[in-house]
Amino acid sequence: MIDQDVIERTLGAALRTGADFAEIYAEDKRNTSVGLDDGRIEQVTSGRDRGAGIRVIKGETTGFAHTSDLSEAGLAEAAFAAAAAASQGGGGTRTIALTRSDPRSVNRVDRYPDEVAKAAKVELVLRINEAARAAGSEIVQVSAGYGDSRKRVLIANSDGLLAQDDVVRVLTRISVVANGDTGMQTGFQSMGQTVGWEAFDTVDIEELARDAARQAIVKLRARPAPSGPVPVVIRNGSGGVLFHEACGHGLEADHVHKGASVYAGKVGQLVASPLVTLVDDGTLPTEWGTLAIDDEGHPTQRNVLIENGVLTDYMWDHLRARKEGRAPSGNGRRQSYMHLPMVRMTNTFVLDGPDEPDDIISSTEHGVYVSHLGGGSVNTATGDFVFGMSEAYLIENGEITEPLREGNLIGNGPQVLLDIDMLGNDFAMGNPGTCGKDGQGVPVGDGQPTLRVKSLTIGGTAS
Amino acid sequence: MSDLLDIADRVIAQARPGEQLEAFVSRGGDTEVRVYQGEVEHFVAAQAEGIGIRVISEGRTGFAYAGTLDETAMAEVLAEARDNVKFGTVDEWAGLAEPDGVQVTDQELWNDELAQFPTDRKIELAKELERLTLAVDSRVRIDDSNYADGSGEAAVATTTGIRQWGRENGCYVSISTLADDGDETQTGFGFSVGRSPAMFDLERAAREAADRATRLLGATKPPSKRTTVVLDPFVTAQLLGIISSTLNGEAVVKGRSLFKDRLGDEVAPPYVSLIDDPTNPLAYTATDVDGEGLAARRNPLIDHGVLRQFTHNSYSARRAGTVSTGNAVRGGFAGTPGVGALALSLVPGDRSQAELIADIDDGLLVQSVTGIHSGVNPISGDFSTGAAGLLISNGQLGAPVREFTIASTLQRMLLDITEVGGDIDWLPMRAAGVSLVIRDVTMSGA
Repeated sequence: MIDQDVIERTLGAALRTGADFAEIYAEDKRNTSVGLDDGRIEQVTSGRDRGAGIRVIKGETTGFAHTSDLSEAGLAEAAFAAAAAASQGGGGTRTIALTRSDPRSVNRVDRYPDEVAKAAKVELVLRINEAARAAGSEIVQVSAGYGDSRKRVLIANSDGLLAQDDVVRVLTRISVVANGDTGMQTGFQSMGQTVGWEAFDTVDIEELARDAARQAIVKLRARPAPSGPVPVVIRNGSGGVLFHEACGHGLEADHVHKGASVYAGKVGQLVASPLVTLVDDGTLPTEWGTLAIDDEGHPTQRNVLIENGVLTDYMWDHLRARKEGRAPSGNGRRQSYMHLPMVRMTNTFVLDGPDEPDDIISSTEHGVYVSHLGGGSVNTATGDFVFGMSEAYLIENGEITEPLREGNLIGNGPQVLLDIDMLGNDFAMGNPGTCGKDGQGVPVGDGQPTLRVKSLTIGGTAS
Repeated sequence: MSDLLDIADRVIAQARPGEQLEAFVSRGGDTEVRVYQGEVEHFVAAQAEGIGIRVISEGRTGFAYAGTLDETAMAEVLAEARDNVKFGTVDEWAGLAEPDGVQVTDQELWNDELAQFPTDRKIELAKELERLTLAVDSRVRIDDSNYADGSGEAAVATTTGIRQWGRENGCYVSISTLADDGDETQTGFGFSVGRSPAMFDLERAAREAADRATRLLGATKPPSKRTTVVLDPFVTAQLLGIISSTLNGEAVVKGRSLFKDRLGDEVAPPYVSLIDDPTNPLAYTATDVDGEGLAARRNPLIDHGVLRQFTHNSYSARRAGTVSTGNAVRGGFAGTPGVGALALSLVPGDRSQAELIADIDDGLLVQSVTGIHSGVNPISGDFSTGAAGLLISNGQLGAPVREFTIASTLQRMLLDITEVGGDIDWLPMRAAGVSLVIRDVTMSGA
């Protein structure tokens, strides 16, 4: 993408004002998407994004500038802007010598999506639409989409790091509306992988479409959700977002560093039920949050955050790790070359526990069973978090009974982690997610076995 | 004028017979300063430009974009968009906007003072806001203090006769606070917006950021019950954003709006009027033209409780058998225009928030909500969000509460509005805030 000597001179220019660290992140990304709504292929879109972001750190200050001009002159201009932003002072020159390191690959890509005909992508979306519409006469509207991207990345910094990656993603999503006597209800499904077109060899997209339709149809007979504290059972592979919000964000070193996390100063302490071992792992093959290197050029890795209930470590990026004099954990991520990296999760999940999933339900006298979770959010300083239930049922006398209308559940992270009293042995990863933080969205994965939380507050309207 | 309009003109001049072309070209820059403990934590200077080209041929639509104005890349974008046309489904309503004769309301969207505002003053503003906030209360710490500004220009031209160019800039300061008491921490925020930094009210932002955090100290989980809520202006603005998505003409023509068959019906009490007016210069998102280049205009959506109008772009209007309301929205050069409200507000009443509260024997002031994206479904109407605030008893603000939800349905909440406050607040979002009283909302807590 950029010659090595140009990179070295650009980093040298960025350090001109005596900065401690300079970094260049360049990307060249092409994407294709197909959008279907109301029975029509509304639009096929092709996009191209190409540019570089230059980061300069001097003392406690980070300067950042970016450019879509990858010529040496364009890069030099961005380097000077970033250096000026990081510093008003002057002095000093440093010569940069880069050492190229090729990351081990975490995914094998068999069929690059840019080599697949657009007609095949259109046909895939039409199949999704037809399967959903065939699922029942209650289905009145379907929206479906396909998207792929291939992003070549080059990262180099003044510590001598030079790393490159070629990141491929494919995604499909489907939203369904069903209509009945009680109004409209919605269903949603999605599938995303960090591999190529071969992902569709093993995923049954018609089944995915039927499941979205089934959710919407089931909810036509849903009754208002209860209001107040109840035991909540969460189906395997549906609720990793619980941990993402209840503690994942609170274990990001930037929040911890500013004393804006309820988990600050708690390494070595029991912060969760001893059943819980929580891992963030960017190396899982094909998963949505998987990367060979993070967006600062460091290999991703498997990081155990909570082991048998005890907090073992936080997640780190370059900046926070440098302050602590330790190695980064491969969690420095950014949305694009236009964004500063920060501490982010990759794939975050809880390992299997001892319980049979059926026993978890049958031993719950009265409660709520959540089989699809929506998104969520957390205040890391207080630990209060919410997450939506897009498909849920009552549990009465140990059995799953009536469907419930949608709503949020609310809890306090540290309390909820301690309140996990049953953990299943049926671990599964969930749907692809997009995690938002400080205005940047990055792809993440999550997963968990079936589990029970002794008490969560459910935000329905029924008493 | 601008080189961007020249670029757009050159693109549409390449149209082939029977082909409609639209070129949207934009360029923008942002500055973001973040201060922490008196030092600059980061300083971001960003520039971006790009082009999006839409092609419509025989009822089929194709689109492509690139984040560059490089000549070769632009030629590739047009070729890709044309290739993409082949895969679209024929749609009898497909088409670009056409000039509709509605006059553009002149607005001052560009401020020279901001354009020339020096970097060191930007840093100083963020530092000053941090100092002022710390001075309000000794229990307050700062998470971050920010100054941000943005400027942009855009041109849109079509083979159907649309030709528009405009530029605008704006800025804001914001601060996130933490308040500690023993081992308990609560959070707050404050901000101030303006076309130029001279319009900032730093002291108000500081005071609100400190108050929001400190007044929640000692908060407990309230009991579950049905109650009357007063929404803080910032919360009302978020609610209006969701309500507007149910009045979206595209959702209406595609059967996704719960108000689709309700034009002319009473959907709220007579003292509720909801207006979308991007020509109001007080609105932060005021604009002269919409995303398709048509004049932005004032649209009463709910008039004295009666549903009068949906928002439309040219496509949804054509399908609905009406005309565009100038509500095409586009998120820059990388997308095609959708439909959305541009600058919403409720017509304010006359009383202050304190006067509204004084009439309530038993209720709740909602200071913030969370999980709007996960617990509110604008298609079914189900509404459920996490919340924090203060209990109201006998007309007075009382104990702080947190870790609970408020729930109802969007249809019910509109009908259950008992008063609109007079304290309209223009916020850095597509809706203005105002205190709003809604009865019979379910509070779920302990």
